[in-house]
Amino acid sequence: MKLLDQDSAKRITDKVMALTKADECRVTLSGSRKGNVRYARNSVSTAGLVEDTQLTVAVAYGKRQGTAQVNEFDDKSLEKAVRRAEETARLAPENPEFMPAIAKQAFRPSATFNPNASEFTPEYRAEVAFQSIDAARKKGLVAAGFFSDSTGFECIANSNGVFGYQELASLNFTVTTRTEDGRGSGWVNRAAYDPKQFDARAASEIAIEKALRSVEAKALEPGRYTVVLEPSASSDLLNFMFTAFDARQADEGRSFLAKKGGGNRLGERLFDEKVNVWADPWDANAPVLPWEQQSMLARQKTDLIRNGQVASLDYDRYWAQKTGKPASADHGNIIMAGGSKSTEQLIAETRKGILVTRTWYIRMVDPQSVLLTGLTRDGTFYIENGQIKHPIKNFRFNESPVVMLNNIDELGKPMLIGDAGSRFRMMIPAMRVRDFNFTSLSDAV
Amino acid sequence: MERRTFLKVSAAAGGTLLVPVFGNAIAAEELVNPMAIQFKKALADAALNAATKAGASYCDVRIGRYLNQFITTRDTNVENIVNTESSGVGVRVLANGAYGFVATNVMTADAVAEAARQAVAIARANARLQSEPVRLAPVKGVGEVAWATPFTKDWRTVPVKDKAEMLIAANKAALATGATFMTSMLFQVNQQKYFASTDGSYIDQDIHRLWSPFTATAVDKASGKFRTRDGLSSPAGMGYEFFDAQPRHKVRAAGGVTTLYHGAYDIVEDAKAAGRQAREKLTAKSVEPGKYDLVLSPEHLFLTIHESVGHATELDRVLGYEANYAGTSFATLDKWQSKKFKYGSDIVNFVADRTTPGSLGAVGYDDEGVPGKRWDIIKDGVLVNYQATRDQAHIIGEHQSHGCSFADSWSSVQFQRMPNVSLQAGRKKLTPDELVKDVKKGIYILGRGSYSIDQQRYNFQFGGQLFYEIKDGKITQQLGDVAYQANTQEFWNACTAMCDERDWRMGGSFFDGKGQPSQISAVSHGSSTTRFNGINVINTARKIA
Repeated sequence: MKLLDQDSAKRITDKVMALTKADECRVTLSGSRKGNVRYARNSVSTAGLVEDTQLTVAVAYGKRQGTAQVNEFDDKSLEKAVRRAEETARLAPENPEFMPAIAKQAFRPSATFNPNASEFTPEYRAEVAFQSIDAARKKGLVAAGFFSDSTGFECIANSNGVFGYQELASLNFTVTTRTEDGRGSGWVNRAAYDPKQFDARAASEIAIEKALRSVEAKALEPGRYTVVLEPSASSDLLNFMFTAFDARQADEGRSFLAKKGGGNRLGERLFDEKVNVWADPWDANAPVLPWEQQSMLARQKTDLIRNGQVASLDYDRYWAQKTGKPASADHGNIIMAGGSKSTEQLIAETRKGILVTRTWYIRMVDPQSVLLTGLTRDGTFYIENGQIKHPIKNFRFNESPVVMLNNIDELGKPMLIGDAGSRFRMMIPAMRVRDFNFTSLSDAV
Repeated sequence: MERRTFLKVSAAAGGTLLVPVFGNAIAAEELVNPMAIQFKKALADAALNAATKAGASYCDVRIGRYLNQFITTRDTNVENIVNTESSGVGVRVLANGAYGFVATNVMTADAVAEAARQAVAIARANARLQSEPVRLAPVKGVGEVAWATPFTKDWRTVPVKDKAEMLIAANKAALATGATFMTSMLFQVNQQKYFASTDGSYIDQDIHRLWSPFTATAVDKASGKFRTRDGLSSPAGMGYEFFDAQPRHKVRAAGGVTTLYHGAYDIVEDAKAAGRQAREKLTAKSVEPGKYDLVLSPEHLFLTIHESVGHATELDRVLGYEANYAGTSFATLDKWQSKKFKYGSDIVNFVADRTTPGSLGAVGYDDEGVPGKRWDIIKDGVLVNYQATRDQAHIIGEHQSHGCSFADSWSSVQFQRMPNVSLQAGRKKLTPDELVKDVKKGIYILGRGSYSIDQQRYNFQFGGQLFYEIKDGKITQQLGDVAYQANTQEFWNACTAMCDERDWRMGGSFFDGKGQPSQISAVSHGSSTTRFNGINVINTARKIA
């Protein structure tokens, strides 16, 4: 199905709402065209294009609500979705936590779309793969990479007059280059909204350099080390922590933000005072939709951590009403303040430490302390007197991002992180952190 | 690796779904009526003909209708019921020796023919980058056949009210025995998959799976401490009869510390135990780090098997196709070729299969039209084979695919996914209680906890749900803050005993993630209670600001 423009999307949402006799109706409509090329062993392994459009209809009779989702759009299918939702709603008991559809919202557009997205074609993707593979081949390396692009739209509407429509387009790229003998490996991650801001060959050269430098890795004893974390390396750890910035979880005593004896830790200084984090849908580097799909609330620019203090917690509409606080939309992005220094400058100012390019398979061990475990991967190096001395074997770490953000020495330049399944779009700086806890060695390259 | 794609999809689908819903959320009569087979065949033929005409040397078409129902509850409220229905067509072609793939949700002959032509164009655009053309192991066309998950009770026809009441009853049971909060969920999946290829196959499959995880949380507000105990159920490839547990489905854990389940599940009984055990965890003794003999229950061991054996023996990883994401593998071709690589001790035998009834990985055919089969992966401790697809079989000298190619949706391209990979039961008669009797200093671990393994499947760390100290052959008390770290090869070579087939049962992963774009897959892993000597245990307790 062709991607829907605003008028076409509105016609569908209006038609759906006209079909129901329920007290209220909420509709979400989204469509995308996603292209990708995947390569490994210096050859393309898969390449594809997927087009899909989905409609979700939720209707309510009083506090009874029902929902249905379909991906068909003829009149019969639209009616089918509405009748299914109504049937469910009529059978539903009242939900004590039901929140009625919100009143009309003002959505200030954000720059999630770029007209250059029309450049995303099979030939463009093949050229990305060629540039990356060619660069690796010339150095005798083996490349495995993935490029994906997405163009589409999101639309929300409800029977109180809420209507939002916005187009989206973005690209993500990662490549791992390995030496033929498997003793060296390097990785790079790039994300952008505009294809003109992306250079596959230049990005691949970074992974190539890391691969070449990472052979002959030496083993270092596990322990606590100063680390220089590239932005991609720390973003996964932070992602875990920010998903716990929820007022209800904290108030109920089941998160690291719960206060001993009851209540939450809003306003407390839990991190180094250099730490400043906020969400902003209109940020020029990491724009996201100006609404939250679930509640249809308009997003606001919101501080999460200010000078090391917990500046806000997320209140969903029910918990906000129960506690007398303003409701907040879920954040679409996480932006962390940094400095102007490059990762290289942070390395140059490090007497002894470890450079971590990428982290891997991070999982929660203990939500009480946000203790996470995971590993380093694809380029880990020992730094001495401001220089990379030699590659080292990978480590497993057991560390909490709360502890990590208390041990910050210096922050570098923030960078947009590619979509690795995170709930947030993230702009994270490189950082130098003291006493990072490595607990065992890994032989994996 | 486990992913949360399903949850993400469900949340997105839910949109404004924070509501309780009772009754049939999707009209049952519509759900149980699949698309007409002749309609699917006509669509498939339109794609096959268009692809061939455009120059494809091979084409396969997958027409899918995917129905998911996802129910979440919290304490005594039903929070969310998500019903999703997604239909569409995925067309994969080979042209000039390269793959191309296009998927569309427009199910007309013209649209799928256009998708086929686009797929050929994509394949041609990439053919210049091929170092060698794709080689497919032959598959004999099977004509028009069908396969369905055997079940006696269709989840689609069970009233939502009954399902929600079951979850709420479980929540109440946990709250009554010590939990402060309780959440429970029910995932139900029906994949109606139609596969056709230029080999001459038209395969219609109807696959059903379900899983009901929960988390009981105990909070001590005075100390600010909280602990959780997740359910000990295993997801299953069967119908709703999974919840009709009879006494014969209940298994007494070693020392009688809890009840476990085999073949069916009593969620209310498990929740009752969970409430009590979550509360006990608040005061459990923090473990002393060091070397212990570990006695691992199948409900825990399945995940260690999944990560350290299942993923490590995927041939695409071994060859480097996952190098950029899920990683490679230490189980390299030279180790397999040597025919003497000791992956584990002599008693360690792993079998891959797509045929075990009730397992998540049981299907009639894979997404390349290859029939499900069973084969050895590790025999008497030695690595003897991998998991392969049609385009990989020749690399390991085989003339047939293992049937390991799958996609998680009509809109995803199929690629190598693991079958059920299971540790065979011990040959000597041995019960879990008898196994524990031989342990001087050990820990008995049950349930899935945190899990992490490196990108070549060497170094891993696993937690669990319940940890019991074993002292001089006796289970004494619950322990807390336990995780074990090991190297895959050392770990499986430290395997010293396992219970016999009376104790063999499956755990499973409902959301196993791999690939770019990431896809999920469901797979089971069986074992009996198994012992590993001298494994490094760490203490995970930490203090934050």
